[in-house]
Amino acid sequence: MRALLNSILPISLEMGRRTAARRRGGGGADATVSCPSTIRRLRVERSPSQSHARWGGWVAVVALLTATPALAQSVAITGGKVVIGDGTAPIEGGTVVIVNGRVTAAGRGVAIPAGLPRVDAAGKWVTPGIVAGFSRLGLAGVDAVDPSNDTSAANSPFNAAIDVAPAVNPDIQPIAISRVAGVTRAIVSPSASNAIFGGMGAAIDTGADANPVSTARLFQFVQFGEGGARRAGGSRPALYAMFRNALTEAREAVAGVYRDNAMLRRVDAQALIPVVNGTMRLAIHVEGATDIRAVLALKREFPALNIVLVGATEGWRVANEIAASGIPVIASAMKDLPASFEQIASTQSNIGRMKAAGVKVSIGMVDDDDTRQAQYAMQYAGNMVALTRVPGASGLTWDQAFAAITSGPAEAMGIGGDIGSLRAGRRGDVVIWDGDPLELATSAEKVWIDGVQQPLSSRQTRLRQRYAKPEEGALPKAYER
Amino acid sequence: MKRLWVAVATLALITTPGAAKRDRDRDEPEEKSEKAGDKDTSDEKSEKSGSKASKLALNKDPYPSTYKAFPGRPTAVTNVTVFDGEGGKFERATVLFRDGKVEKIDTGGGAPDGYDKVDGTGKWLTPGIIDIHSHLGNYPTPGVDAHSDGNEATGPVRSEVWAEHSVWPQDPGFSRALANGGVTALQILPGSANLFGGRSVTLKNVYARTAQGMKFPGAPYGLKMACGENPKRVYGSRNQMPATRMGNMAVNRQTWIRAADYKRKIDKGDTVLRDLQLETLAGVLAGEISVQNHCYRADEMAVVIDMAKEFGYKVSTFHHAVESYKIADLLKAEGICSAMWADWYGFKMESYDAVEENIALVHNAGACAIVHSDDANGIQRLNQEAAKALAAGRRMGFIVPDEVAWTWLSHNPAKALGIGDRTGSLKPGKMADIVLWNGYPFSVYTRPDKVWVDGALMFDAQDRTRRPVSDFELGQPGEGDVK
Repeated sequence: MRALLNSILPISLEMGRRTAARRRGGGGADATVSCPSTIRRLRVERSPSQSHARWGGWVAVVALLTATPALAQSVAITGGKVVIGDGTAPIEGGTVVIVNGRVTAAGRGVAIPAGLPRVDAAGKWVTPGIVAGFSRLGLAGVDAVDPSNDTSAANSPFNAAIDVAPAVNPDIQPIAISRVAGVTRAIVSPSASNAIFGGMGAAIDTGADANPVSTARLFQFVQFGEGGARRAGGSRPALYAMFRNALTEAREAVAGVYRDNAMLRRVDAQALIPVVNGTMRLAIHVEGATDIRAVLALKREFPALNIVLVGATEGWRVANEIAASGIPVIASAMKDLPASFEQIASTQSNIGRMKAAGVKVSIGMVDDDDTRQAQYAMQYAGNMVALTRVPGASGLTWDQAFAAITSGPAEAMGIGGDIGSLRAGRRGDVVIWDGDPLELATSAEKVWIDGVQQPLSSRQTRLRQRYAKPEEGALPKAYER
Repeated sequence: MKRLWVAVATLALITTPGAAKRDRDRDEPEEKSEKAGDKDTSDEKSEKSGSKASKLALNKDPYPSTYKAFPGRPTAVTNVTVFDGEGGKFERATVLFRDGKVEKIDTGGGAPDGYDKVDGTGKWLTPGIIDIHSHLGNYPTPGVDAHSDGNEATGPVRSEVWAEHSVWPQDPGFSRALANGGVTALQILPGSANLFGGRSVTLKNVYARTAQGMKFPGAPYGLKMACGENPKRVYGSRNQMPATRMGNMAVNRQTWIRAADYKRKIDKGDTVLRDLQLETLAGVLAGEISVQNHCYRADEMAVVIDMAKEFGYKVSTFHHAVESYKIADLLKAEGICSAMWADWYGFKMESYDAVEENIALVHNAGACAIVHSDDANGIQRLNQEAAKALAAGRRMGFIVPDEVAWTWLSHNPAKALGIGDRTGSLKPGKMADIVLWNGYPFSVYTRPDKVWVDGALMFDAQDRTRRPVSDFELGQPGEGDVK
């Protein structure tokens, strides 16, 4: 919300942390494009034992952090209060069966294959892992430390061709912290830098292993609204002209035509080919009601576009039109301030009202600590439930709220068959919680990703232990570990 | 402006730190009679202090509060669970307040005659939340450039600026903090671009036409200071001093030396041209203005503590303080509060070592813990932030009752702001700054049902006419919505 402010002023307040990343230069881009072998490697199935030589010391470091071997496992989790994550009600005394890393069954009266290891979850909640609906998780270790931040590339000549997948770094703190909190997957998007297109996002997991990317090149990101207008030269009309031109050049690229005076570089035009033919989703970040209407009009003009709305802070004002379009929305949950002129009518009831109108809406971290606070998803979902008790407000039922941070974003991105619920066939991403997962006092007790039980420690848990008593003992703190 | 700098130039004398300390010790008793926020007029003041203190007829409250409590009705909230803000808990209690003040917490009976009865069955009642770190008003929404009034980033020493002169009383954020957050008082601070950011102002969270109309009557001023990355980055990037942490300290110390000299002259009765920059710092040295120090790292806090001793002042609170857990024993010994987030981390290098247990670890060590926001969204959920911190502490095995954890939200910040004798808890006679929650206030499912400030009902979830709408939002889409 303070992007404008911070582009002028070096520090507004400590919230400047949010925009430090946006002001950064493009050093990270070099790292992402200069290592094609890394790109290939990240797209293959988990095989951490392979190619140690090529990965060198990096694998060794990850291996040290990995308490369990990164092999798909099988397990039956019994006796818990099972939440499928598809919006259905919790099931008391349910069982979740994972075989070879995939859910084969979940619910009551589920048969457990002979010989499967069992984990008792009586008195606990058992759910799919949380999905960070829209984030930049894995792209920045410390936001304001440029070399560790790959969210944007202000000095890159490229835009749509930028692919976040090879940059996703499983060693950075936010990955482990998210995992410890019960967030197992994230939709990860680049930020738009000096062009309206930001590049291609991915779906990742937070597993303690060297293969974080589960779906690379999942969607293309484009910035509309105030931010898009600025990047397009200064106005919304200029933005729409630039967008149409990009689609035109991408169509020409389909035919193999690349003009010398084209605005898009060849690889950027090529990256937009699956967008214009509808095989790759186009995540459009847009906030205001007027801008959303403009997007809906573009959809009518270019029916092949497979659009996902991101942000949509004023979506409630055009909820019926969005619902009629069938376009899914990944929205910010808690925005309720007129942070900018495209968010004048913001309210926490936005999601509830869109849901009531029939919009396929879920929760994301849109420009909201998106590199590191994925675990706020549970708190935000809980707040959506809280609104159902506030007169005049609109919220979500508990079941809807939980789906909005699991199956909802997965389905919006077209990977609902792969992640986001405990329906048969999904990846074995499961969390056992010590209580209601949306409550503030609840924590994740056990976490599986792809059927592999995960270590639940992070740099934070180590620091906490070291300083449980602040006084130094017989030796300095540096010796306590 | 030019005149000020002339004044500074004429005061460019060197005085030893030891002398500054002696000055302060000698003058402290006299200074105590003139607390900042004192309503005395300048004439009365000069009479009182005579020629001994200063020939300058100094009005220490030139922009006085015009806040007036709105009328309230004698009210009894019955059958309610109460956290009194000082660590007390009462079940099935009746809370009585009238004429703007808390009367009593009664566990015996119902509502007496003459009181409006509010049924508190199934609800919780607490003191209003006090946010010790907010930029509402000086970084308001909409966050357009024209509203960017929080950092006078034109020099690392800007103690002459006063946050209240930037506060826009129409910031829509005040209404959200009230209705969603149950915030009844808040400190507005200058930003952290500067080593000396300027004076803070403490507000009642009640809309007014002017900033003066929101000022908490009699609240002492604070001085915003900042450690670490921000000042050295802002000025270092301009090839100015400070560009390093040692540069930060050198500028700090040289500034305190100037302030001590200015104060010595004033105390001696010398005729000096008033210097707003040094006047605020002299107020700190006199113990009238509290130091609110933005500081992340433990080692830097320790350096600031020594600097405060070197020049004879006291730090009230370290703000952000993500590494307070590493020196909680030191902070306890020095009597310094830490104002913290529950779980912000990793946005900059000096926040790299943040842990979710910070607040609980500080509390557990016996030091003063405060939950703060620094954020127009976070201020709406400080109870939730406290709940997360509490849960993190309990997972470490610390036994912190809910009612004790509420001290992080009201009593501790009130004390750190110098208003703890008037608000922050439900002791009889204190301001009736009260939130009635529609459930257990450390649950994510709970929201304010009613908020009273000085006994006046300023928010009621059941009554749309008790929902404030700032001028900015009037006539715009979403006006008066639930937000």
